Amino acid sequence: MIQLGLFYIAATITIASSLLAITRHNASHALIYLIVSLLGSAIVFYVLGAPFAAVLEVLIYAGAIMVLFVFVIMMLNLGAAGIKNEQLWLKPGMWIVPSLLCLALLAEILYLLNSSSQALSGAVIGPKAVGIELFGPYVLAVEIASMLLLAGLVGAYHLGRRYLLDMRGESI
Amino acid sequence: MAEFVSLIPLMPLIGFLVLVCTLGKLPRLWVGLVGAGSIAIAFLLVVLTGLEYLGQPEPTPYTVDVYTWMQLEGFTTNISFLIDGLSLTMLSVITGVGFLIHVYSALFMWEDRDYSRFFSYMNLFVAAMLLLVLADNLLVLFVGWEGVGLCSYLLVGFWHEERANGAAARKAFVVTRIGDTAMALGMFLLFIHLGTLDMQAMARQASELWLPGDMVVTIACLLLVGGAVGKSAQLPLQTWLPDAMAGPTPVSALIHAATMVTAGVYLIARNHELFLLAPTALLTVAVIGAVTLLMAAFAAMTQTDIKRILAYSTISQIGYMFLALGVGAWSAAIFHLMTHAFFKALLFLGAGAVIYSLHHEHNIFRMGGLRSKLPVAFWSFMIGSAALAALPLTSGFYSKDLILLATYDQAPFGGWLLAAGMLGALLTAIYSFRLVFIVFFGEAKTEPEAPAGRLMALPLIILSVLALVGGTIAVPVEAVFPAAVEADHSGWMPIIIAGVPILGVLLAYFMYLKPVIPITLFTESALGKQLIAFWYSHWAMDWIYDQLVVKPYCAIAALNRKDIIDWFYNGIASVLRQAHQVSITSQSGQLRTYVAVVAAGLVLTIAVFLGILLP
Amino acid sequence: MSAALTIPMEHGLLLAAILFSIGLLGVMVRRNIIFILMSLEIMLNACAMVFIIAGAHWGQPDGQIMFMLILSVAAAEVAVGLGLLLQVFRRFDSLDIDKANRMRG
Repeated sequence: MIQLGLFYIAATITIASSLLAITRHNASHALIYLIVSLLGSAIVFYVLGAPFAAVLEVLIYAGAIMVLFVFVIMMLNLGAAGIKNEQLWLKPGMWIVPSLLCLALLAEILYLLNSSSQALSGAVIGPKAVGIELFGPYVLAVEIASMLLLAGLVGAYHLGRRYLLDMRGESI
Repeated sequence: MAEFVSLIPLMPLIGFLVLVCTLGKLPRLWVGLVGAGSIAIAFLLVVLTGLEYLGQPEPTPYTVDVYTWMQLEGFTTNISFLIDGLSLTMLSVITGVGFLIHVYSALFMWEDRDYSRFFSYMNLFVAAMLLLVLADNLLVLFVGWEGVGLCSYLLVGFWHEERANGAAARKAFVVTRIGDTAMALGMFLLFIHLGTLDMQAMARQASELWLPGDMVVTIACLLLVGGAVGKSAQLPLQTWLPDAMAGPTPVSALIHAATMVTAGVYLIARNHELFLLAPTALLTVAVIGAVTLLMAAFAAMTQTDIKRILAYSTISQIGYMFLALGVGAWSAAIFHLMTHAFFKALLFLGAGAVIYSLHHEHNIFRMGGLRSKLPVAFWSFMIGSAALAALPLTSGFYSKDLILLATYDQAPFGGWLLAAGMLGALLTAIYSFRLVFIVFFGEAKTEPEAPAGRLMALPLIILSVLALVGGTIAVPVEAVFPAAVEADHSGWMPIIIAGVPILGVLLAYFMYLKPVIPITLFTESALGKQLIAFWYSHWAMDWIYDQLVVKPYCAIAALNRKDIIDWFYNGIASVLRQAHQVSITSQSGQLRTYVAVVAAGLVLTIAVFLGILLP
Repeated sequence: MSAALTIPMEHGLLLAAILFSIGLLGVMVRRNIIFILMSLEIMLNACAMVFIIAGAHWGQPDGQIMFMLILSVAAAEVAVGLGLLLQVFRRFDSLDIDKANRMRG
């Protein structure tokens, strides 16, 4: 019972903070709302019986990836000019067509979901089970994921270099 | 000897290839040796073949199969060469006179920048002409026909940096092309009915298939005549020959006097069996010959350019050959062809010597008194003009005598044709000696340089000898043609025929050298001026063709400037371009637009899969 | 934990769908590249949630493993994406994505 209530509360928080995140003018505010949204997702995962996933969500998604965002926003240091830009760019009329599209998409998914009704098992799957599964049948996926991260690392390093020269030979 | 026959057209062809492949980098002496030497070897081979052929007790024509060209269902063509009296005669004329002209032009063209190109074209021309006369069937003949047409274009437009020369070459090519089309149509017609283009086989089958006067064979023969008049510069396709004098003088001598323009005569003579089945066509040939010879003779009397006089004279003499063919005097026509080659080449080469010494002066009224300064040229002109005018005991006399006597025997129209021939002979004598008297007698208007060297004098001397004694050569064509009626040498006719040219020479003497006869009464009068202008413009034929053919064609071409056919293709292109303009607006480069389109596509696809939206 | 009143799967999927469309909305509307990247993160999170729900439905850890892989993909993508953002900022002197439209026809 409590889980059910917890699920709906966490779901509401997630949706609300996501909505707020995409509508803010200030980038830092939007980022904080996004972090709240991710924390809400973590609670949802925990309620669904995936504690390991919930912890990973907080640690890595909210703790590392969002921190990257923070670094970049702080580095760019847009300040008041950035907020004014956002006010210029975000006009109310711009929301109409995208909202219609997203509502259409939601309607279709609702239509799909109406047809079936299945229950979740509710069993809690702990880290041990995940670990056995991960380093057993899915060990290849682990290796590939590590190579992917290596590629991401190299790409990010190269793209972030300050002293790249552009076509005219001037440094950027 | 049969295996050497295929070498005869091959030698000039090899000369051509050598000169082409060396890209003009050979030294001048080598070029001359290759160019003239290949013709010399061909001439040698012709002489050997001829000696062997005529040495037989009963000379029988034979064919040499060189190559199987096409083997199709119901149609087989070989490249094969026919040796008989007619082809031997033509071969000797082409290679012999051709060799002399090549030797002459080795010196005449010595300073020209494109020496190698000249000889390569000349060799190609001789090769094509030899192919034409050796051909066993009409298809190979047509190959040679087209080849000589091409070389005529290339050689007339040899100095192509001058626009006028290019225009003259183009005119020659286009006008003969009209004739070639007629000839091709004639060939098609003959093939449809006879199933073969082998000339001897055609002759046999035609006499079995058709009665004389049949419509089909008449039309086919008239079409062949259309081709012949184009190549031989007769009415109505003779306008190209005077303008073709824009080419170098040896070219005029070889192509437009001795060889190419005789191709039409050869064509008709070779297919005489077909023509005998179409008397209407033969009559047409005779009438064309008579009318052309008169028109050209009148025109020649008014010309001032030395080469144009000779050009009109050529048209006139070929008119005589056509006249002879039309009345059935085949051997006479070929005999006149041979003698004409001698004296016309002589005249042209002599004219070349005069032009060369006077720094390319062409107007005869600016020449004069060259008798003592250019002796070789003077005597070659005297002998050549005597032969042209058919003064007694020259070669021209014998051949023209035969033609006019044959015409006399012919009925109907024989009287008219004979009158035309006689008037033409009179006029020929007048204009040829007009030329001699104005150029070589009187006072000098332009001072000549030293006369040209031995290489130019030697061919002139040899040709002079041939022009004098060539009348005694027995041309071995008697066996080829049906037996002609023996010319009647009794009565007044031969004396009149012999006397007419002498009368003409006397008239020219008294008109131009000692102006006793007041021709100025005629030339200065209003009627006289108009007539002279009319004859000068070759009976206004150029003007007529300009109005009838050229102007309408140019008008239509100007109308079609935008090219109506292209409208369809340009339309497709412009429709595509507009569609591109429309569709390119979707490539805005805006990322968010792309995302929106992807999202919309996603919505639609899911709707289709769910069955909400039918595809 | 008792399994008395378990959460219906449709509700979980509906939550994920709503989050996905919110992320899509953000990508379509915002012009600032940082916001676009953030909206992409929301969408990825929604996809990961679907996998967790599926894993919970079947009672197997495979869902969580897939979630971890998606997480590493998101991490790599964010790193590279932010590097690109820095380059765009250096070249166009602004974070407006409409400025980067040279690939138009």
